[in-house]
Amino acid sequence: MREYFRNIYQTVTTIFIGMGITWKNMFRDPVTIQYPEVKVPLNERVRNRLYVNMDDCIGCDQCSRACPVSCIDIETVKSLPTEDLGKTSQGKKKLLWVTKFEIDFAKCCYCELCVFPCPTDCIYMTPVYEYSEYERNNLVYNFTTLSKEEAIEKVENFRKYEEGKAAAKNLLESKGE
Amino acid sequence: MTDFMNGYPMLYYLFLAIFPLLFVIPFALMAVYAERKVSAYMQNRIGPNRTGPLGLLQTTADILKLLQKEDMRPGHSDRFLTSASPIVVFLGSYLIYAALPFNSILTGATLDLGLLFLLSVSGIVVIGILVAGWSSDNKYSLLGALRSAAQIISYEIPSVMVVMILFVITQSLSLTEISEKQTANIFNWYILGGPDLTWKKFIFIPIMIISAVILFISTLAEVNRTPFDLPEAESELVAGFHTEFSGIKFALFFLAEYANMFAVSALIATVFFGGYQSPFGYLGDALNLSWLVPAEQFFWFTIKALGLVFVQMWLRWTLPRLRIDQLMSLCWKYLIPIALFLFVLVTFITMI
Repeated sequence: MREYFRNIYQTVTTIFIGMGITWKNMFRDPVTIQYPEVKVPLNERVRNRLYVNMDDCIGCDQCSRACPVSCIDIETVKSLPTEDLGKTSQGKKKLLWVTKFEIDFAKCCYCELCVFPCPTDCIYMTPVYEYSEYERNNLVYNFTTLSKEEAIEKVENFRKYEEGKAAAKNLLESKGE
Repeated sequence: MTDFMNGYPMLYYLFLAIFPLLFVIPFALMAVYAERKVSAYMQNRIGPNRTGPLGLLQTTADILKLLQKEDMRPGHSDRFLTSASPIVVFLGSYLIYAALPFNSILTGATLDLGLLFLLSVSGIVVIGILVAGWSSDNKYSLLGALRSAAQIISYEIPSVMVVMILFVITQSLSLTEISEKQTANIFNWYILGGPDLTWKKFIFIPIMIISAVILFISTLAEVNRTPFDLPEAESELVAGFHTEFSGIKFALFFLAEYANMFAVSALIATVFFGGYQSPFGYLGDALNLSWLVPAEQFFWFTIKALGLVFVQMWLRWTLPRLRIDQLMSLCWKYLIPIALFLFVLVTFITMI
């Protein structure tokens, strides 16, 4: 009999305790973040989409070699002695035309290993993380500043220069005989 | 309004028949929205806030979407009964509105046995739910329907006993009469012992509070709301008796649930919280504007009922669901003996 009344007492009091808790919570600020309009502040050193500052890139290929999934594809060609490619922001002279610099973000694993070996700090992480695409090919980002025609032209220039050099060498050799 | 429509009785009755529908549908839309908002705030969320200002049109959009849906039906189900069951369920909850006194003039039927009518009519819902569960040819639906039938029929008993207690005290079963007795001020409400100012009033106060709680619990169980939502327990039975319903049929079940919520809240408000009476005097009486009084009465009636609907929602987001044995022991071991004891007590007190 005592248990019967204790049951009733406990039920009533615990229900009121529970209702009190829900009532208190009703007036607390919601924790919801309205995502597309409001974004969670990103952490320091967060790893997201890569960016390459081509003005500083010297085409050394170190990032490509560091990449564990080989998602960075670089092709370079030597510049002619007559051409001046300018200097990087750190004062280093650029010697190579970067004819191809592609990063496939479908493969990228955001390990940041490519960032550390870069001698000119031209490849780095940006805070952009919303860049999903419907087509996988659209995830291949091309960073080169040269257009396709220009790239072909540079390769051709270098080939002609080499040929010219070889021809001159041959001429010298034949004269020396 | 009666004077205005005296020459056209048919028009008056038509208005009385349609008025609850005009009230129930916007109420159901807003109640679903309110339920989602209340639950969201209780869980520190925001809730619907995209469709319309503050998300007010969210449920309207949901219902419009439901109405456009294809009317689907399981292959082996009974064609006639699956179509009829949502209508029966809605009928059961809509019939309650026939006898609810919204104010002193706007009452569908001023029945002398209004309270008994309400309780008996709410039993029609059981038929609809059983038919819905059985005809949809699904074991979960049938289980939900059987649970619902067991639950609703068990919980009719304590609510009828509370009505008996009220009958002994008020000497009336007419809802209008009960409302009229609780006029003038808040101390005449039956939750505070009723209008007779004798020593009995002070004994009645705790008795009435307990019986109000009993009536609230049992009506909560009758409308299948959490913590008594075993018939549609999502985690156990998919959606219970309305698993196999889609489109407009599902919308009707939904509408019936919210109409029922308001109906039982209005019942409790009528018998315990003064019905359509204001807790203090009327502004219309003070300003000598007789047309203002019914409007105020309507306001107080809906405010009280909506307050109780809010308590129902509050409980829903506070309490977990009961097990079936706990449900039955709450009814048969606690509510019915207490109600019976109170009934005997009240009978003795009134006889003195």
